[in-house]
Amino acid sequence: MSKVYIALQDNDESRYIVEAIEEDNPDVTVIHQPAMIRIEADNFLAVKRATVEEKMGRDWDVQELHLNMITIGGNVDEDDEQITLTWNS
Amino acid sequence: MAAKKLNIKDKYRLLTRDLDWEFSYRDRKKAFPFEEFEGIKITDWSKWEDPFRLTMDAYWKYQAEKEKKLYAIFDAFAQNNGQLNITDPRYVNALKIFLTGVSPLEYQAFQGFAHTGRQFGGVGARVACQMQSIDELRHVQTQVHAMSHYNKFFDGLQDWSHMHDRVWYLSVPKSFFNDARAAGPFEFMVAIGFSFEYVLTNLLFVPFMSGAAYNGDMATVTFGFSAQSDEARHMTLGLEVIKFLLEQHEDNVPIVQKWIDKWFWRGTRLLTIVAMMMDYMLPNKVMSWKEAWEVYFEEAGGALFKDLARYGIRMPKYADVIEKEKEHISHQAWWTFYTHGHAAGFHTWIPTDEELDWLSEKYPDTFDKYYRPRWELAKEMEAKGERFYTKALPQLCTTCQIPMLFTEMDDPSQTCYRDSVYEGERYHFCSDGCKDIFDDEPEKFVQSWLPVHQIFQGNCGGPGVEDILRDYYQMNLGADNMDIKGSPDETRWKEWKKGVA
Amino acid sequence: MTIEIKTSTLEPVRSTYANIERRFGDKPATRYQEATYDLQSETNFHYRPLWQPDLELNDTRRTAIKMEDWYAFKDPRQFYYGTYVQQRAKMQENAESNYAFFEKRNLSRHLSDETRAAVIRYLIPLRHLEHTANLNNMYGAAYGYGTAITQALLFDGMDRLGIAQYLSRIGLILDGNTGDALAEAKQQWMEADIWQGLRELCEEMLTTEDWFELFVAQDLVVDALVYDLVYNQYDQYLAENGGEDIAILTEFMQLWSKDNVRWVDAVMKTAVAESDENKALITQWVDKWRGLAAEALAPLASEMLGENALPAALDQLDKRVAKAGIK
Repeated sequence: MSKVYIALQDNDESRYIVEAIEEDNPDVTVIHQPAMIRIEADNFLAVKRATVEEKMGRDWDVQELHLNMITIGGNVDEDDEQITLTWNS
Repeated sequence: MAAKKLNIKDKYRLLTRDLDWEFSYRDRKKAFPFEEFEGIKITDWSKWEDPFRLTMDAYWKYQAEKEKKLYAIFDAFAQNNGQLNITDPRYVNALKIFLTGVSPLEYQAFQGFAHTGRQFGGVGARVACQMQSIDELRHVQTQVHAMSHYNKFFDGLQDWSHMHDRVWYLSVPKSFFNDARAAGPFEFMVAIGFSFEYVLTNLLFVPFMSGAAYNGDMATVTFGFSAQSDEARHMTLGLEVIKFLLEQHEDNVPIVQKWIDKWFWRGTRLLTIVAMMMDYMLPNKVMSWKEAWEVYFEEAGGALFKDLARYGIRMPKYADVIEKEKEHISHQAWWTFYTHGHAAGFHTWIPTDEELDWLSEKYPDTFDKYYRPRWELAKEMEAKGERFYTKALPQLCTTCQIPMLFTEMDDPSQTCYRDSVYEGERYHFCSDGCKDIFDDEPEKFVQSWLPVHQIFQGNCGGPGVEDILRDYYQMNLGADNMDIKGSPDETRWKEWKKGVA
Repeated sequence: MTIEIKTSTLEPVRSTYANIERRFGDKPATRYQEATYDLQSETNFHYRPLWQPDLELNDTRRTAIKMEDWYAFKDPRQFYYGTYVQQRAKMQENAESNYAFFEKRNLSRHLSDETRAAVIRYLIPLRHLEHTANLNNMYGAAYGYGTAITQALLFDGMDRLGIAQYLSRIGLILDGNTGDALAEAKQQWMEADIWQGLRELCEEMLTTEDWFELFVAQDLVVDALVYDLVYNQYDQYLAENGGEDIAILTEFMQLWSKDNVRWVDAVMKTAVAESDENKALITQWVDKWRGLAAEALAPLASEMLGENALPAALDQLDKRVAKAGIK
């Protein structure tokens, strides 16, 4: 098992995204650090458009994630519906 | 006719991937001449997986939004004299290192990715490099703008570009990027796109920037995290390049492994300065260098190499040495700068008692045993009015260009020296890692512009060290260099704080 | 908590960076100045590039043009990254609403089969020219000298990628997102007689080594001719022949060209004014590429617009050349 992770800037939009991530990936660990939020999971993590939209109450493009993203770890796959992070181990 | 709905992958492929064509009138190799000399075999560029599918219109839109936010904060910072909110004027010295040592690397990254963005034969890879190139230009420019206000109130930032080309310790970062840019395009990608971006920049831009926030520096944390939002794309490009090279041909595997060995070693050497910034230059601490190293190198890098094992790639050579170094290098580096503080373009100081205790706690196996006694001695000397500066010019490692400050990791009382003879000349190194790199490409590394050699050869003016600092480096002596105690920076800070009602 | 600072104690010690002060005096500088001047490394390079061992990493000798100060190439638009992306974001927002309008109203159904075929034959293949322009400007960004010009070349390069993508989108609108129009346009580019001259010219530019010569060839000569022929003359022709809605989709290119010409002409003027040697070289390059481009574009221009089109475009080019002091 390896840890995939994503870190977001600590701001209002990120709070909704974190909420969505927690809902779709129940086993994640959320760590608050100065000015940033780091979310870790074992081997796999997904950020899903539909869930973020539901939390934000508006349309949300997966590419908007880049506005608040600080760093990631894992193989990335991005399409219209979600962005996923994976380690194959 | 009803238009078919296109998903983002198909849309990106149609918009971008088929723009290239097979030449009929000229030799295509003349248009893309640098693809073969490194021995890398590319059989099919169309197998390239686009890491992110950002079209230019989306790029302009999102990046403009980031820039708008960023510059609103810069303006607010300047208008409200945000420099007064930092914890302590010592903190600004980390920014001096950043602007003189790191920002020019962003510039070189812009140039390097423009080169690969022009030279790769596959359009997908080219476009990804071009986007990184323009992002890197963004980073150097936003950094210059973020520091612009600090430059008006603190010394040592004013001639960053001139200094980067000349000052002794700045040849460490400069030569690192010169090495990558002077290499072939594939080595550049493994060096910068993969080794540096995927693993090592995180250590600078994540925990250090979090530290900037924790020290009240709104301008820096904002550019840092805003830059990192591009970095996520860059990291993905770096990983994609590696996977692509390894999948294209099995003959690429040993070449890539050799580059990984070289560039992880070179990268860890370069990060020595970040280690020192984290442990000694942030008045409010977020985490120690050792802790940051464990999270971002050992854990994140470990996961990465486990993932790459299926291609026959192993952990970088000397990973075992690297693991031991996290206990030592920040202390060894800060001590070196402290003792050469008269020749540095930033201020140095003895850690406070509180900070010494923090270091003891964070480095229980090494700090009290090897490093604290030095600082206790320095404190005694300072109290007697005998602040200590080393007069001798240090010997530099021919590869990484860092003074010989590292010890044998199994015997921290013994400085590590290695050497090689090439064409009758003897060359000196700080480590086995640096010696290996030289031995593999001696004809490249004998060219190193080693600042101390250059001084001895009379190429930097002189004859005295002061003449060189003042005339060749263009430092304002007595303002930019020496201890923070009694510096104009400190004097001004106290004046400002007196003015606080 | 309110903080009051005695303003007298908060006097800045300097107005700007030392290099900017040396150039412009001790006064507050613009963001363009601080983000542009002297950014590029000038001296003490460590290793010669393995891929070009006769030159340094940054080297003025990658063109025959000589400048006393390479930062004389000031961009009249004063674009640094932040101003550049924000300006282009405005343009793309406008373009996006144009494309959305066109698609929502399904305006392509008003196009006759003939017009549709003409757009695929004459307009869409230009995405390959834009791709060439992208590479040519990246070439200058990578091997040119001094941030003043290399950053502007980079912006031009990225613009051209954007324009290639817009042209591709026009194709996708016409073919209902199947990609057939793009494939057909590529076949035109590869095989149709009218395109072979331009394709050969692109291949010639992509193998040209002097980056400033390439700038003259692409950004002055070829762009002047193609943008006049396609986005001015052909646009008018379409407007008069049942294809006026296409102009909604090419407005970006028109606005872009107007913006870019201002910069290209300023660079030309500066380079020519520098010395007689530069002037002679640039004159020679303009002659060479004007000749090649005119020959390459002749079949396309005459089929697309008739015999008067190319001379009109050449006339526009000649006026700009004269204004820049080249002849």
